[in-house]
Amino acid sequence: MTPTLRVVACGSVDDGKSTLIGRLLAETGSVAEDHLDYARRTRRGGSTIPAGEVDYSLLTDGLEAEHEQGITIDVAHRYLDLPSGRRVIIADAPGHEQYTRNMAVAASTSDVALLLVDATRGVREQTCRHLAVCALMRVRAVLVVINKLDAVGYDQVLFDKLAGEVRANAAGLGIADVEAIPVSALGGDNVVRPSAQLPWYQGPTLLGALSAWQPVPVAGGDFRLPVQYVVRAEEFRGFAGTVVGGAVRRGDRVVVAASGASSTVDRVLGPAGEVEVAGPGTPVTVTLAGDVDVRRGDLLTTPESRRDGLSPATAFSATLVWTAEEPLRHGRSYLLLAGPLTVPVVVTSVRGRLDVLSGKQFAARTLEINDIGTVELSTDTATSLDAYETCRDTGSFLLADRVTKQTVAAGMVRYALRRGRNIVPQAYAVDRAARQRLKGQRARVVWLTGMPGAGKSTIADALERRLHALGLHTYVLDGDNVRSGLNKDLGFTPEDRAENVRRVAETAKLLLDAGLIVIVALVSPFRADRAVAKALFADGDFDEVFIDTPAWVCAERDPKGLYAKAKAGTLPNMTGVGQSYEPPEHPDVVVDGTSSIDDAVAVLAARVTP
Amino acid sequence: MPVAAPDAVLDVLEAEAIHVLREAAGAFRRPVLLYSIGKDSSVLLHLATKAFAPGRVPFPVLHIDTTWKFREMIAFRDATAGRLGLDLRVHTSPERVTPFTHGTHEYTRIMKTVALRQALDAGGFDAAVGGARRDEERSRAKERIFSVREPGHRWEPRGQRPEFWRSANTQLAEGQSMRVFPLSNWTELDIWHYIRREEIPVVPLYFAAPRPVVHRDGALIMVDDGRFPLRDGEIPERREVRFRTLGCYPLSAAIESTATTVAELIDEMRRDRRSERAGRLIDGEGGSSMESKKSEGYF
Repeated sequence: MTPTLRVVACGSVDDGKSTLIGRLLAETGSVAEDHLDYARRTRRGGSTIPAGEVDYSLLTDGLEAEHEQGITIDVAHRYLDLPSGRRVIIADAPGHEQYTRNMAVAASTSDVALLLVDATRGVREQTCRHLAVCALMRVRAVLVVINKLDAVGYDQVLFDKLAGEVRANAAGLGIADVEAIPVSALGGDNVVRPSAQLPWYQGPTLLGALSAWQPVPVAGGDFRLPVQYVVRAEEFRGFAGTVVGGAVRRGDRVVVAASGASSTVDRVLGPAGEVEVAGPGTPVTVTLAGDVDVRRGDLLTTPESRRDGLSPATAFSATLVWTAEEPLRHGRSYLLLAGPLTVPVVVTSVRGRLDVLSGKQFAARTLEINDIGTVELSTDTATSLDAYETCRDTGSFLLADRVTKQTVAAGMVRYALRRGRNIVPQAYAVDRAARQRLKGQRARVVWLTGMPGAGKSTIADALERRLHALGLHTYVLDGDNVRSGLNKDLGFTPEDRAENVRRVAETAKLLLDAGLIVIVALVSPFRADRAVAKALFADGDFDEVFIDTPAWVCAERDPKGLYAKAKAGTLPNMTGVGQSYEPPEHPDVVVDGTSSIDDAVAVLAARVTP
Repeated sequence: MPVAAPDAVLDVLEAEAIHVLREAAGAFRRPVLLYSIGKDSSVLLHLATKAFAPGRVPFPVLHIDTTWKFREMIAFRDATAGRLGLDLRVHTSPERVTPFTHGTHEYTRIMKTVALRQALDAGGFDAAVGGARRDEERSRAKERIFSVREPGHRWEPRGQRPEFWRSANTQLAEGQSMRVFPLSNWTELDIWHYIRREEIPVVPLYFAAPRPVVHRDGALIMVDDGRFPLRDGEIPERREVRFRTLGCYPLSAAIESTATTVAELIDEMRRDRRSERAGRLIDGEGGSSMESKKSEGYF
């Protein structure tokens, strides 16, 4: 028997989910007496429940904001112990469309979906959306709870019709295990106790169905251990983590997925001490024979797995659930978090956005909050990820913004793209150090950022003339100049700006390697994009210089007539007008754009000359 | 040797908690374990010793001492620190107020919430691991296992990170810190079942014994030392009582009980259907007072 059953409760708003869960908890004795008292005494506006009776929905709605709005905003967790000894963990997911991401959160760990349908309103768009999210997250079974049967005269024909609709929908999504249960959460019919009002129904109560459900046995898969922590003690070095696939046994041959280093398992320590073998879900600490380099973020697996699905790759096809207010920026670097592993990643292309209702994929350039889409990702270093189908733990990941660190997406790997496999960097004997010696200078990048009209090009020009006069080898990468060639395919949307910055940064990196002093004059309005650029360089090679000029001065100067056009409405993405400029939080140098050019040049020249 | 596989509820909970503790130790620069001396803290410490065995618990243990804890709690704390070889840090608010002079809300804010923030800032801790459970209180049911705090330790219920799978986003932006709750999915009964199974020592105040109490505002309050200001006519009497939750003695209501073993205590809890926080005098001010306290940085 599965000791703990994880259930996601979902359905459209107002289908009566809070009431259903509240009743389920109350009638199984899972609610404390003082909490029941509270639900008897308290009433929110518009409630029609007679005074003195329990308002079951009050047992489950937690936050003040929810009480005020009368809705469930966030995922809440409830615990229910069945007479059989099984623990049911109910993740109560919100019904509103704008909280689809929270629904996906709740589904990501669940075995079973409890999908509510209001019999008086039928199968709604949100019902289908939630079902599709469950299918996407690989929830294995659905209990369709058709609620408010009391309000439709316990109509069997209607029940059969609604159950049929959901079944057909689920089958189309690949969910075969579907059971439909008629209930009235308000009246308590068939939730915990069978109902005399439903003589035509022979199936289990909701509680009965939760007690009886068994997963279809699946093969445990091959051994997977993401290493969370290296345990050190006297004469002891062990690798701690949770076994997420297969089992580990003393004497097993294992490899580190990223490096390919191999060894033999010496000891396996479980929570209660040393064991012979440990299976999926067990936290272990393993020791390996010999001296193997293993650190947090490494994945221990079998040699066979590493040859097959887990072979390190730098490009992946994945499905993303976008969770942030800020849309996906194509070309921008994010952090990919897969268990204990963190690796920088760029979304190289958006293949399409999924319409979960029709199952169709539509062309898209970006993903917005609550969108689900297919993308291609490119990681900075070769990474071992499973397909999500193979393993929920090693086939899933989060994307985080590099500056705010907010989670922007949850991802599921579809497959690794093999094109990075044959690229091996070649080392050349004449390197940057040799070129610098020949030129008698230290190469570096001076990155000027600021609003249009701030004075970047003017300062770059004056700085380069000064350095040139000193006999130094320089090059200026100017935004407009680069856009007339290398980047002429790019526009001014935030995605294209991210790609513009990425290409300029990569070019600057090549020129730095060539031994040059590189001056970049680029609006580069977004902090995150500049952070990505800076991350390409070693400490001391890159100066972020903020040309700080008040917006009104820039608009007044307007050397290229851009502000005038933006004012006329013909330049929608103009920085400082239609789009914001995010000033650096910790620039290496701040130049007052209203003071003299000579002063600015003197400060900057002093930083780059030895 | 036995075969390890999580085949019971306690094993599943234990596995999850160990996973979270290891993540906290691995992901953060300076994590600290918040130790309240209560039963949940005892379980948390026990799990931490398991998670890093045969190594030592890799973070210091912090106790916020309000100076109004039961004397037995302090004795137990020091004994536990010695027994497990812990790096125990104790912090008390430099501004001293009492629950009698300032009222429970202000007292809690200064001696617990503000004191905690001071200690976390002073230690430079970027993650604080605590024993809070989701079943304790309604606003906790929506708390994450890894819960981000904004600068100033503020909790913003609407700004919480979505928690998918077993993955946690442990990245911190400037000024942010993390609260980590390995026992999120445990219930009060799970705690006691686990204490029984693993034979974990707990403060004797959880078990019934004759103790000096007064009846005040509908609650039985233990007179633990001479600082307790008795009202006119109040005379402490010895009654057979125990505590379901432990905190500051003037704010902890005792219950009459004869349970002197963990097994008897579990039996008694099964019969008494009141929630554990029903005995906490500080939570009851307003329907959502826990949420408002948490927004200020309370644990």
